[in-house]
Amino acid sequence: MNIVSRGLLALASLLLILTYFFPLWKIELLAPQYPEGLRMFIWVNKITGGTEFDLYNINLLNHYIGMKPIEPESVPELKILPFILGFLIAFGFVSALLGKRILLYAWVLSFVILAILGLADFYRWEYDYGHNLDPNAPIKIPGLSYQPPLIGTKQLLNIVASSFPDVGGYIAGGALLLGIVAIIFDIKLSKFGVEVKPA
Amino acid sequence: MWGKRKLLVGGLSALALGTLLTGCPPKKEAPKPEAVGIDASSKVYVPPGQQDEFYVFFSGGFSGQVSVYGIPSGRILKVIKVFSQDPETGYGYSPETRPLLMTSHGFMPWDDTHHPELSQTDGVPDGRWLFINANNTPRIARIDLSTFETTEIIEIPNTGGNHASPFVTPNTEYVVSASRFSIPVPQRDVPVENFAENFKGVISFIKANDPGKMDVSFQILMPGFNYDLAHCGKGPSYGWCFFTSYNSEQAHTLLEINASKNDKDFIAAVNWKRAEECVAQGKYQEMPATYYHNVYDEKKHMATSNVRRSVKVINPKDCPGVVYLLPTPKSPHGVDVSPDGEYIVGGGKLATVIPIHSFSKMLKAIEQKAFEKEIDGIPVLKYDATLHCEAEKPCLGPLHTEFDDKGFAYTSCFVSSEVVKYDPKTCKVVDRAPTYYSIGHLLIPGGDSAKPWGKYLIAMNKITKDRQLPVGPELLQSAQLYDISGDKIQLLHEFFTVGEPHYAQALPASLIKDKVAKIYPLAENQHPYAVKAEKDARVERKGNEVHVYMTAIRSHFVPDVIEGVRVGDTVYFHVTNLEQDWDIPHGFAVKGSEEAEILIMPGQTKTLVWKPKAPGVYPFYCTDFCSALHQEMQGYIRVSPAGSNVPLRYYTGTPTAQK
Repeated sequence: MNIVSRGLLALASLLLILTYFFPLWKIELLAPQYPEGLRMFIWVNKITGGTEFDLYNINLLNHYIGMKPIEPESVPELKILPFILGFLIAFGFVSALLGKRILLYAWVLSFVILAILGLADFYRWEYDYGHNLDPNAPIKIPGLSYQPPLIGTKQLLNIVASSFPDVGGYIAGGALLLGIVAIIFDIKLSKFGVEVKPA
Repeated sequence: MWGKRKLLVGGLSALALGTLLTGCPPKKEAPKPEAVGIDASSKVYVPPGQQDEFYVFFSGGFSGQVSVYGIPSGRILKVIKVFSQDPETGYGYSPETRPLLMTSHGFMPWDDTHHPELSQTDGVPDGRWLFINANNTPRIARIDLSTFETTEIIEIPNTGGNHASPFVTPNTEYVVSASRFSIPVPQRDVPVENFAENFKGVISFIKANDPGKMDVSFQILMPGFNYDLAHCGKGPSYGWCFFTSYNSEQAHTLLEINASKNDKDFIAAVNWKRAEECVAQGKYQEMPATYYHNVYDEKKHMATSNVRRSVKVINPKDCPGVVYLLPTPKSPHGVDVSPDGEYIVGGGKLATVIPIHSFSKMLKAIEQKAFEKEIDGIPVLKYDATLHCEAEKPCLGPLHTEFDDKGFAYTSCFVSSEVVKYDPKTCKVVDRAPTYYSIGHLLIPGGDSAKPWGKYLIAMNKITKDRQLPVGPELLQSAQLYDISGDKIQLLHEFFTVGEPHYAQALPASLIKDKVAKIYPLAENQHPYAVKAEKDARVERKGNEVHVYMTAIRSHFVPDVIEGVRVGDTVYFHVTNLEQDWDIPHGFAVKGSEEAEILIMPGQTKTLVWKPKAPGVYPFYCTDFCSALHQEMQGYIRVSPAGSNVPLRYYTGTPTAQK
């Protein structure tokens, strides 16, 4: 691949390092008696609350509908995800260094596959929390499940739940976009016969 | 028929005669809205969901508490429990808070609060603490303005009626106290008519800058007058505090007449820096005295009492220069120092003038020894040598003065029921406004400090009468809010207050509102009976004491079934609120509780003591509507006859085997 694409790929890998320092995803709950909102942030390796006590309070409210408590330490994905990202970062850097076109394609493809798998896994967790409810819960509404949206906003009883990527998520998206731009550059530049020698 | 008509005719002629004799009766004034401008409502309207600009802390007077209001709306925000028991929260009932109300006279479930005082830095309210005096059993309390709770109370020895209190020095080095009712010092059994010989006043300086460590640093023995109010100097007058006195006649009976004879009484100017020197040089007497110092630990959620056994007393004879007396007309009540520290305004409640002393003239008079005489070794300065000017015939019954940020002084006048505004430099009255009715203290936010926020003035009135809907003979007291930002004092609003607010203090909400605690962190809870997780909830028997280590969280208690308690036991319900969410208190009450209920804030532990008297099963429940399933938040405690062998057993959810 050309020097621009290699640079873009290296930049994408560099950006991905930032995802360790910012939450990937944010789930926010607003209700009449929670005007200040309750927030939950999903990081590469942990789940945190908007305040020290938000997660505690979300679990407290959830017990009325029989939802399982959210316990970050019992989510195995949070132990694997840092390594998956580490793999992507290392793979990106190595590909940029070697400059093989096929590696760039492989990087973008594996990123896309991992992202889809990640989102699917996130959906599975959400489905499980929203549907797998304690039959002894005090509040039971026939036909109603409490699955938060994958992306978007949804009214669940008195709570407006919204789920969107957070800073880390946008950074990861940006990194993927850079990878795709790198491919476009690579195609365009080779199509017009512009020869950019590897460094 | 005849009789009735005769009576009617007779009555009418008497009425006509009366009218002829006295002239026309005065026209009944129309109800009061005339005093309120059209735009007043917009100035006090704080729309729902929006917050007020100032916090105001009113003393509760005979209620013994402090109430917090928002200004300009006049909405009540909280009643802070200080000197009186409060069955609503268990304050003063629970074993955690009872030590706060301990005194050398025993457990004191009430008092009479007069003057709230905000802590200051460089003479400006800093929003750390509020202090308030107890007049009856002399004490000073500290209220923490992050939790709005009482955290410390110190008793003042050798004092009868702690009225001139707890005014602060500019960096909260001290809060002061003085005897309103002189008493024998040390206390002893003497005939009351030997007043002059045996009775003494005492002025106290209490170290205040270190929370949990209040201490009566020293006392100054004063002539047996009545010491009424105080304020401390700032800027050039830093290092001095001023105390009014009346009853320089030293009457002990029918003071109304006998203490109103002298044309002038005194303002005592106390040089506390000089007093510190004398203490450092050992010029004091260590006098035996018993008094309590009580501290509430906000991590342990528990108060402890310490008894102190002696106090340092300075006799002015042994410490020349520590105090001077400034003659001041007549039975002065308030003494207030201008923001620049130069003018000392006396409120001579029986005087026809408002006398204003000059601090710089006072220093000069001391230097030139312009003394009239000495009383008990205290030099009395010449009136003319300290007087700056007198506001002539300003009003009737001037009491208290506050200042704005434009150089004006405002004095409340009880008898003529008004506020007068004047320039203390010239003693010229520039405006006045009626109050409804018979104003005592008045308040301008920061108006007794080096930095008044001169936007509003509040009149605190002693008489309410027709200002509110009638509610029987006992009425709340009225307060009026005025806009003083312009040239004219403009009446804006009226509201009603808790207890009898004597004085109040106010500060901009922005100074503290973001620092106010929302919960007590559970992780920091060091209460010896706290349980931080439901799995640790338990019941333990120690002889006749049964300790229930209970948790409360929406919407259940653990345990909620308790068996094995017997008549003759004392049950301690130690309830920890496991919530960590803002505004989710839980209450706890059990049938037949002679103590109170308790209201437990998130992260807090409180104890209710209960002595069941008869076998049976008694319900307990949450008294604060905490959640949708609040009504389900209940439990049962089974009480068996004395000597029964029903085993101790407890659970929530699934019955357990006995433990």
